[in-house]
Amino acid sequence: MARIHSYESFGTVDGPGIRFVVFMQGCPMRCKYCHNPDTWEIGGGSEKSAEEVAREALKYRSYFAGKGGVTVSGGEPLLQIDFLIELFTLLKANGVHTCVDTSGICFRRGDARYGRLVSLTDLFLLDIKHIDEQAHRALTGCSGEAPRAFAEYLCEQGVPVWIRHVLVPGITDDDGALARTRAFIQTLPNVERTEVLPYHTLGVEKYRRLGIAYPLEGVAPPARERVENARRILRCGKYAEGS
Amino acid sequence: MFEKAWRGFREGKWSEGNVNVRDFIQRNYKPYEGDGSFLAPPTEATKKLWNMVMELSKEERARGGVYLADTDIVSRVNSHDAGYFDRSLEKIVGIQTDKPFKRALQPFGGIRMAEEALNMYGYELDDEVREIFTKYRKTHNEGVFDVYTPEMRRARHAHILTGLPDTYGRGRIVGDYRRVALYGVDYLIACKQKDKTLLDGDMTPDKIRDREEIAEQIKALGRLKEMAMMYGFDISRPAETAQEAVQWLYFGYLGAVKDQNGAAMSIGRNSTFLDIYFERDFAEGTLTEEAAQELIDHFVMKLRVVKFMRTKDYNELFSGDPTWVTESIGGMGLDGRTLVTKSSFRVLHTLENLGPAPEPNLTVLWSKQLPYNFKKFCAETSIKTSAIQYESDDLMRPEMGDDYCIACCVSSMRVGKDMQFFGARANLAKCLLYAINGGKDELLKDPKTNAPLQVSPEFTPVSGDGALDYETVVKKYDCMMDWLAGLYVNTLNVIHYMHDKYCYEALEMALHDSQVRRFFATGIAGLSCAADSLSAIKYAKVYPVRNEDGIVVDFRIEGDYPKYGNNDDRADDIAVWLVRTFMDKIKEHTTYRGSIPTMSILTITSNVVYGKNTGNTPDGRRKGEPLAPGANPMHGRDSSGALASLESVAKLPYDHARDGISNTFSVTPDSLGKDD
Repeated sequence: MARIHSYESFGTVDGPGIRFVVFMQGCPMRCKYCHNPDTWEIGGGSEKSAEEVAREALKYRSYFAGKGGVTVSGGEPLLQIDFLIELFTLLKANGVHTCVDTSGICFRRGDARYGRLVSLTDLFLLDIKHIDEQAHRALTGCSGEAPRAFAEYLCEQGVPVWIRHVLVPGITDDDGALARTRAFIQTLPNVERTEVLPYHTLGVEKYRRLGIAYPLEGVAPPARERVENARRILRCGKYAEGS
Repeated sequence: MFEKAWRGFREGKWSEGNVNVRDFIQRNYKPYEGDGSFLAPPTEATKKLWNMVMELSKEERARGGVYLADTDIVSRVNSHDAGYFDRSLEKIVGIQTDKPFKRALQPFGGIRMAEEALNMYGYELDDEVREIFTKYRKTHNEGVFDVYTPEMRRARHAHILTGLPDTYGRGRIVGDYRRVALYGVDYLIACKQKDKTLLDGDMTPDKIRDREEIAEQIKALGRLKEMAMMYGFDISRPAETAQEAVQWLYFGYLGAVKDQNGAAMSIGRNSTFLDIYFERDFAEGTLTEEAAQELIDHFVMKLRVVKFMRTKDYNELFSGDPTWVTESIGGMGLDGRTLVTKSSFRVLHTLENLGPAPEPNLTVLWSKQLPYNFKKFCAETSIKTSAIQYESDDLMRPEMGDDYCIACCVSSMRVGKDMQFFGARANLAKCLLYAINGGKDELLKDPKTNAPLQVSPEFTPVSGDGALDYETVVKKYDCMMDWLAGLYVNTLNVIHYMHDKYCYEALEMALHDSQVRRFFATGIAGLSCAADSLSAIKYAKVYPVRNEDGIVVDFRIEGDYPKYGNNDDRADDIAVWLVRTFMDKIKEHTTYRGSIPTMSILTITSNVVYGKNTGNTPDGRRKGEPLAPGANPMHGRDSSGALASLESVAKLPYDHARDGISNTFSVTPDSLGKDD
């Protein structure tokens, strides 16, 4: 059983094709730009079995076509890794493409469950919150060591990874940090794609409803040219060639 | 005459003394599987004309919504002299009155509505016209109100039946305007005369009416010829060129909109038909792509400026001033060939050449089998203009064949073979409140006694203040739907009897087979609200809250409940049950002229007005808040994403909603993914 926040039956931005997205409940991080504070609380949401979730996802099988499938996001999915293994076992038995959207914060080397999960997962969407340790702590409240170790682990395992980086003006858009991020990505040959996600303010209302002070009060979404700049440095999309 | 007009066409059933446009198309059209790279930009003439339209539109808005209005000429097919934007530029001519943007006076539906509309925009109805239509000539509206029962009036007043076409033209009838081009009017008259001869023998009331109607149709065709003659065209003969084909076809439609101010005046399925003429002219070297596109652009421009004189509350009901000039495009043929032609592209290309517009309502009949290039072109045009409507050809074709069109927004009919009696909607959400309150209105009072208005006969209301019991409520609801379905059908019977009698669509029906199939197109509003309300009663605890008269006017909800729109069978099954149940109840009643009962789940905009007249509902919706449009889930309650929402809607049984199911669905381009 697992705590689930909600489903999105028509996910188009979290992995390839049309995806059924499962938002898991609970997260140990407190990223300042997080737009889903309602998924933070561990033990919230509603309890569902892997069979139930798989059954729900398979309703949309005809929409997955060639490349679509199921993405588990959150919250932090790896908090409930046993459930993930159970769910993906069911989905793989049905030939569904599987994807995990994670920060890697829960990763511990030597935990055998990660090996099992990797064998059942077709793609990881890995967030690099901030490349510098101090800034990572300031931004997320957690050390960046585990995420970095997880990225390296996935590289050793040779699993396809898409790197995602949320661009927040004044916090994660410094050219130097971006260049260091790029340098790190370059050490990971299993990275198929890098995406820049411009920070947006759609989460503000959720904070208000939850009665939580909004940590990025007054920060505007990045200007188009800053986004373009980050894409260039990180070699995203059309800038990927020649990397 | 036919030798020249039909040169190069493959003959068949269509050319052997009958009318059969489908056969003509099937034998002569050229499916097109290529892309849109052949398309031509607008010509200088097109740009100039469109600028004139834009200028007039601006001026029309400045004048409060009406540019000019007729106050003394009663609009008929041949009532006005020719009118032009700029005669030297227009490749396709003809407007509703003698001046562009001047709205016609159409009082046969009801003189009061016509006069009110004029007054609202600062015009005075001509005294003589008023006298004629009050003293000497009865209207549809007067006929209906002569016959309405007190119960019908109450239901209408309380808005449990709403939007009934009893003060305005029913519309939704689509003439086969292609017939004018293919056969010419004289041939059509001869066929009608033959049909009339066959209506012989015992003169029963039905047969007398049929004979009179055909006589009216023949007269209307005569008037159509006169109208075209004012523009200098002899349409007694068939069209001989592409330009004539477009012009003749448009004249047929123009006659219809001069004759009728219908709620929806759709135009049919014309692009593939016209393509045959284009291809012939191309082959003969008399037409270029630029000229072909210009004909289509000018034709579509004319359809964009179709206007009717309507009251402001009518426009409120429909959120704007819609004409529903629906043109159906594409689809697949029964033989497996696609019905997409180059002209299907040309019609959609008007959205690029003239810019996006809501009218004509370009509707692509979508099939999985459509050519890839056409699908791609549609998607690109949709992304650019957001102005294409899509409907499932795969769903409709098995029942309707491959020569049907869409009337209004979702209602399918075989062109020239089916007509329908448009029926607006019954409000199922309000009906549930009536079930709870024994048929007393939750908002209205009886003006004499100041007690709550008893609209239906007195049924037993729910008693006590305990949580509503699902089985009890469903039983009461079932009885109330019995009452509503019966009253609804009978009210529509009255309306359509009178519309046929006093506001008959002689020209549109002249462009139908004489042996026409008739649909009785009922509709429902408030489906998702009613389904969620029942789901709340079943899965949460819903306590009634009563006012001083003992009427349940509000509900206290404890706990959560499954909501329609999340692909959750617990809620969706209730919606399916509602659709089946209400349609089955409609079917139990006798419908006017043996028409086949159908039902739509279709409000696009009027759900706002229906909501205004519906009290608090057990799902937590507040009094006066809008109901969801058509088959949509209630606003914001479909919280599992788009596919879950669409899957819920897709469960509704089309067999019980043959008049169509609409789901209003918006997406922002970003939410469709990151790639082009």
